[in-house]
Amino acid sequence: MDFSLSEEQLLLKDSITTFVDKDYLFDVRQKNIKTELGFSSDFWKTFADLGWLGMPFSEADGGYNGGPIDLMVIMESLGRGLVVEPYIPNVVLAGGLVSRLGSEEQKKELLPKIISGEIQMSVAFSEPQSRFDLNDVITSAKKEGDSYILDGYKSVVMNGPSSNNTIVVARTSGNQLDKEGLSLFIVDPSLKGVSLRNYSNVDGSKASEITLENVSTPASSLLGNEGDAFSALEEVIDLATLAISAEAVGIMEKMNEITLEYTKTREQFGETLSSFQALQHRMVDTFMAYEQTKSLLLMCAAKLTDKSDDAKKAVSALKYQVGIAAKHVGEESVQLHGGMGVTDETNIGHYFKRLTTIRAIFGNTDYHLKRYSAL
Amino acid sequence: MNLSFSEEDLKFQDEVRSFIAENYPADIKNKMDNGIPVSKDDIQTWQRILSKKGWFAVNWPEEYGGTGWSITQKHIFQNELADANTPTLVPFGVSMCGPVVYTFGTQEQKDRFLPGIINNDVWWCQGYSEPGSGSDLASLKTKAVKDGDHYIVNGTKTWTTMAQHADWIFCLVRTETTDIKQQGISFLLIDMKTPGVEVKPIITIDGSHEVNMVYLDNVKVPVENLIGEEGAGWNIAKFLLAHERTGIGGIPALKREIRRLREITSELPLGEGFLKDDELFMDKLNKLEIDLLAAEYSELRTLAAMSKGGHPGPESSILKIKGTDLQQGLSDLFVEALGYYAHPFMSEDDLISNEGRIGPDFAANVMPHYLNYRKVSIYGGSNEIQRNVIAKAVLGI
Repeated sequence: MDFSLSEEQLLLKDSITTFVDKDYLFDVRQKNIKTELGFSSDFWKTFADLGWLGMPFSEADGGYNGGPIDLMVIMESLGRGLVVEPYIPNVVLAGGLVSRLGSEEQKKELLPKIISGEIQMSVAFSEPQSRFDLNDVITSAKKEGDSYILDGYKSVVMNGPSSNNTIVVARTSGNQLDKEGLSLFIVDPSLKGVSLRNYSNVDGSKASEITLENVSTPASSLLGNEGDAFSALEEVIDLATLAISAEAVGIMEKMNEITLEYTKTREQFGETLSSFQALQHRMVDTFMAYEQTKSLLLMCAAKLTDKSDDAKKAVSALKYQVGIAAKHVGEESVQLHGGMGVTDETNIGHYFKRLTTIRAIFGNTDYHLKRYSAL
Repeated sequence: MNLSFSEEDLKFQDEVRSFIAENYPADIKNKMDNGIPVSKDDIQTWQRILSKKGWFAVNWPEEYGGTGWSITQKHIFQNELADANTPTLVPFGVSMCGPVVYTFGTQEQKDRFLPGIINNDVWWCQGYSEPGSGSDLASLKTKAVKDGDHYIVNGTKTWTTMAQHADWIFCLVRTETTDIKQQGISFLLIDMKTPGVEVKPIITIDGSHEVNMVYLDNVKVPVENLIGEEGAGWNIAKFLLAHERTGIGGIPALKREIRRLREITSELPLGEGFLKDDELFMDKLNKLEIDLLAAEYSELRTLAAMSKGGHPGPESSILKIKGTDLQQGLSDLFVEALGYYAHPFMSEDDLISNEGRIGPDFAANVMPHYLNYRKVSIYGGSNEIQRNVIAKAVLGI
């Protein structure tokens, strides 16, 4: 039984940590999220140059054959830096689907460009009524000659505004809740009938509401077999759940450090806050919440790597725990900062906002507790 | 990173499993499975079976009779013992006094005390707490005054688990009164048969007799029973607090118990179905199971770090808090599962009477267990003290 990272993984961690500490400064991030793009294309180029964007892809596809543990290492380190650049939408979600389901042609067309950072992608899987159920899809696709006609509405699509190639989950057959009959289409957002309403999320990331009205997309844009997308979609979302959980663990670790440091310097009643036992015990509890979550993160990464029978269950256990701990650590960190915790100028509040959106992304605690129980 | 068991580990698991299946006495198993308290004889019988196989002092260095097992093997062993619902091994000799003696004792002391512990011929109890010294252990007042080649010991120890069965007690005593209360404490071994030692039972809220008061009235203890230097007792106490404490979370037993509770939800009738149809109850059970999984992997991380030479210092405090939270949480869920049938009080005689039990068979010890387990967040350094330890040692405040 061995929990330690490999030599390569330690180097990877080190390289991202160095980048985050030296270059990814808080005020630079705050400026970048206020631009129209919402992140830095220079940083994105850096991610590509350092090989981070190619990590999970096979060598045949131009990548580095990284597994779930490598992904965990990357996301934990990015989380510590509150990195807003859209790693999960591009690399884990879109890249994951293309590499699993794509034809040779589609892979050749898209994967090198994802790895080099030339294109931006997104996956439109959620709809207003579906919440976290991947099988709940109303958006329809009907074959007409050499095209499919798409109609429907996709909600809160991560990285939607920048995306040149949006993978849309649509129903080619069956009823709203069926797992069978789901298909994926790589849709060019400039097609007639596609309209985007773009916006910022509270965590600084960008998203879109996408309306599809009588959109004609060529049959060649179908990704994978018609009606057969569910299991690959579920597998990719599970991996993305590990990724975002790792991000949350990195964020919680950092928030605990920032808060501890703050209480060691801030003085009231002639003493540092850290000398008050009432506060000490609360920081011990947030530290333990982080540790418990980290343990499940490691377990889940190992089970996904081994393709264990209970890997799905491990994902839901992890995301449930992330939801509980994120609320606990996030809210306590703000409280322990006192008034400073609720100001825009202090970084803790921005970590808190990201941690709060993560609670719902790819399923909240209720959803994953139900899934855990059912599996 | 690799968390799966090797072929060798799996073979070891089979070996342990078949050994237990073949050697666990049926009468003890019957008591354990039916919630009938086991006697000192039962525990001793089982511990001797393990001892004969060389599987009792698992964590001791090999030169003193330990196993030399890897961390994974120890983990497997504990899991298998718990899985088979064997009696909990009594820690006072094998996990506490033994390690102190082989770490701090002279060769003569090792030769004298270790064989009795490993063979289960001598039973130990722990003389730490006093009526005036609970969490503030260092304020202890039991006095040992040197008189030639003896100490004369006077004082009162309390919460002494199994003192009624013990042959010897290891004590923290004050050999000197100093400004700093941690100084002047010594570690002394006392034969319970010495004149002046008196044991009085304390009955706990579950109706059981586990703990005692131990009165020491002019007890004459030979100086060769002092372990380590005079005045070095606090260091030994600290060593013990961090030593072999990873097991304190009781994770393997919790895994067995939660499996049992899940079975019970399919047995207990509820309306036209079973308790498992109650979503609110099942939610609580599932949440606890996820918490337990997190605690289990936290323990494994600590064990893995130790196997690379790390120190199980403050991590054992985390495991203590999480483990005892879970123990209490699960004991409460058992009570909830039973509804009214948690209420009848069954004496030991009732448990084995021909009339049969009241309510489901397993019901008899559910409430006593819940009541008894209020202790776990209090003993071994209360969970509040553990938080102080983590704040100091991990957070640096």
